[in-house]
Amino acid sequence: MTDIAQPARTKKDFVSDQEVRWCPGCGDYAILSAMQKFMADTGADPAKTVFVSGIGCSSRFPYYMNTYGFHTIHGRAPAIATGVKVANPELDVWIVTGDGDSLSIGGNHLAHILRRNLDVNILLFNNEIYGLTKGQYSPTSPVGTRKKSTPMGSVDRPFEPVQFALGAQATFVARTIDQDQKHMTKVLHAAAAHKGTSFIEILQNCVIFNKDFYSANVDKKVRPDRTVDLSPGEPLVYGADRDKGLRFSGFEVERCTADEADVWQSSTRSPAPAVLMSGMREDAEMPVPIGIFRDVEATVYETAVNAQVEDAIATKGAGELKDLVHDGEIWTVD
Amino acid sequence: MTTTSAQDTPAGELPLQQLDRVVIRFAGDSGDGMQVTGNQFTRTSALFGNDLATLPDFPAEIRAPIGTRPGVSGFQLQFSATHIHTPGDEPDVLVAMNPAALMVNIGSLKKGGVLVVNTDAFRSTDLRKAKCDTNPLTDGSLDGFRVIEVDINTRVKEALADSPLSSRDKLRCKNFYTLGLMYWVYSRPLEPTLEWLEEKFKSKPDLVEANQIALRAGYNAGDIRELFQGNYEVPKAKLPQGTYRNIIGNQALAIGLVAGARLAGVKLVYCSYPITPASSVLEFLASYKNHGVVTVQSEDEIAAICGAIGASFSGALGMTGTSGPGMALKGEAMGLAIATELPLVIVNVQRAGPSTGMPTKVEQSDLLSSIFGRNGDAPMPVVAISRPSDAFALAIDACRIAVQFMTPVILLSDNFIANGAEPWSLPDLDALEPFPVEFTTEASEGFQSYGRDAKLARPWVKPGTPGMEFRIGGLEKDPDSNISYDSDNHQMMTDIRHQKVRNVADTIPTPEIDGPASGKLLIVGWGSTIGILTQAVINLRKDGHDVSRMHLTHVWPLPHGLDEIFSKFDAVLVPEMNVGQMTRLLRSEVPDHEYIPYNKVTGHPFRVSEIEAEYVRALNELGEA
Repeated sequence: MTDIAQPARTKKDFVSDQEVRWCPGCGDYAILSAMQKFMADTGADPAKTVFVSGIGCSSRFPYYMNTYGFHTIHGRAPAIATGVKVANPELDVWIVTGDGDSLSIGGNHLAHILRRNLDVNILLFNNEIYGLTKGQYSPTSPVGTRKKSTPMGSVDRPFEPVQFALGAQATFVARTIDQDQKHMTKVLHAAAAHKGTSFIEILQNCVIFNKDFYSANVDKKVRPDRTVDLSPGEPLVYGADRDKGLRFSGFEVERCTADEADVWQSSTRSPAPAVLMSGMREDAEMPVPIGIFRDVEATVYETAVNAQVEDAIATKGAGELKDLVHDGEIWTVD
Repeated sequence: MTTTSAQDTPAGELPLQQLDRVVIRFAGDSGDGMQVTGNQFTRTSALFGNDLATLPDFPAEIRAPIGTRPGVSGFQLQFSATHIHTPGDEPDVLVAMNPAALMVNIGSLKKGGVLVVNTDAFRSTDLRKAKCDTNPLTDGSLDGFRVIEVDINTRVKEALADSPLSSRDKLRCKNFYTLGLMYWVYSRPLEPTLEWLEEKFKSKPDLVEANQIALRAGYNAGDIRELFQGNYEVPKAKLPQGTYRNIIGNQALAIGLVAGARLAGVKLVYCSYPITPASSVLEFLASYKNHGVVTVQSEDEIAAICGAIGASFSGALGMTGTSGPGMALKGEAMGLAIATELPLVIVNVQRAGPSTGMPTKVEQSDLLSSIFGRNGDAPMPVVAISRPSDAFALAIDACRIAVQFMTPVILLSDNFIANGAEPWSLPDLDALEPFPVEFTTEASEGFQSYGRDAKLARPWVKPGTPGMEFRIGGLEKDPDSNISYDSDNHQMMTDIRHQKVRNVADTIPTPEIDGPASGKLLIVGWGSTIGILTQAVINLRKDGHDVSRMHLTHVWPLPHGLDEIFSKFDAVLVPEMNVGQMTRLLRSEVPDHEYIPYNKVTGHPFRVSEIEAEYVRALNELGEA
């Protein structure tokens, strides 16, 4: 086995020779760094790893990974990745996208890749703004966002990416934060272990057009009190002193003491607990949930597609071209 | 009006007359099974040994309101004892199952032609639905046709008196009664259809029996009731030597795609979103899974082409298929395939446009948009199928061009080819020349992701290959696949992309001329007009014209040698089903010749007679000049 002889890879092995061109201070740097380290730590094979992206700041990501990469067109990364995976299910495919790329122009493809449950990992960098086109509001911007294209404030309600994913029957849904490498790495591990589409929303800072939009929740000082980590099998406890908790009460989530907190389950038959959790961002009194909302098993699309080919060959025999050409009624003219 | 009604008394033996060719059109409600009837007649005639060509003509609506004119479905075929090239201009026989079918189709019936009508469908309510103020059977409007009145509903009910089927289901057998009747008229064997019914309704013996009884009853009615003045025989055609089967365009195309991927030695991944009239390519390929074919029914047109591009990136041969509106949606992704220089086959079964247009009607109006219709300078080879029997070979050639030149290729078909049937002289499969893909697995010295071979194709490296990791995308890049905004580099890459596509012309044959290599007027066609043009030329020669004709299959790049060929003629007549797209192309690519456009966009193919008349008109005009 040649695999054994190969020396362990380091983070550097996953750094490409391309100059990184994100704005200084952009949250994307932290995500790139965490990903390169994660790849090295998990022994990923760069030759079998493919990063597919659409268009937007985040979608430059593949150029910076020393793996195979495909920077495609706006919103279509999930559709391209579907072809990549059905053609070669052996490849480890990661999709990198943004809130505009995946929830606006590419909303349809995101919904369908999630419902099909292709075995890929989707990283949605959510900075609630259009960065590459210089600062228009995005489908995740809150109502009233004043930008150049919305001088009087946006009027349309934003998408909650986690709810979108749950609504599309995603089998793995998580959220993490660009600044929290430890938490992000934990989520990446869980996503990589999941068979099927893993959807990860990463709250990501755009220092130019939407600077610190999330600071009130994720800055180091406030984070323990303003976020709650959804960790399967662990109680819903948060707070700098780990004294606060959450529990379900009918169709609501309510605050309680740590002792009274419910234990989080991400694999319930119904996605209802995850949906209830995902709705808490609207409530300023509640912490923002991060971590793993949902993790369930379902048939993997490309496996089933290729299994049908194998089954057809097993039952009908491997087809010869002659079988197709000389099919049906044949006659001869002498 | 000469009317023969079912009440006429039987007479003695009638003469069997020989005919060279017959054009018959079955027309009825879209729920009446006219396509099945037409297909059965076609199949039986093919097995009998006639040459044939078909033209299905059905509404986009699956079931428009019963009995109305928009709900009329038709199927025309020409079967012949000699070699033919078209489904025929005007039917000799029209079978009309109701007043709506009669009104929609009577205009095309040949003068003095035979009209078979189902009198049971001419009640006042039926006439109202068909918007007939008076009964065409009695108001004199059918004078000049030979009308054969048959009370089909009554006869079918009688024949099926003992069947356990509901009366509604019994009536549904009336198309087989009608088919039986026409089988008698043209001395067709019943066995192929009897056997087909047994196979088709294997699990429903009552349906098999009822339809078989109806078929026989119709046949016997022809024999014993003297509806017709005798019956006819259309002897076997003397087709060129070979082994034949009957084939429709979309099926031949699908088989050709399988062959193409096989000859390239790569996996076929076909991603498509259903659209009339391309859907059956997806359906055929989905049934070829044991040939290693992977099909994906994508969520939309854009996803379909993107899936195919992703598959090619992975090292398969990605393919997608659609029709006009879908082509418009795929435009941006075609550009991506051009920029990333990945092989891809894009099937466009053209239909009448713009926008949704007329989904079930034929047109050749996507020629220029296929060649030029993308943002940026985005060149792509375009191959045009001309008939069901050449779809196989041209689908293979599209695959060859895609993998040899690392480029997306558009394969144009149209609705006339897609659903039309004709005998296919089966190719010698051992003689097919393979064009195996050689993936690059090692970086030799000076290796570049966008390095070039002699044809200007770049190397194909697939993910999974150790040590060759690279990134590609839609951004302009330098030969090392790094993003580049350098002006000289963009000039160079644009020039290379163009020259690469131009180089395809070195690998395609110059079309042969049918007829003299010089003269006054050369007819140049492309796509599905081939049969009509061929027949027109045959007819014109009978009239003493020394006609020359050429047909283009590779429409971009155009083959070498056209300038020299055209220079031997005073003018070039270009008939096509659009407003003059090939004429424009030839005027810009092969300038300094006189082109005479002849265009028609009625949703129906040219008539042979129209081409003949236009040829004579153009010739006269040239003579006067």
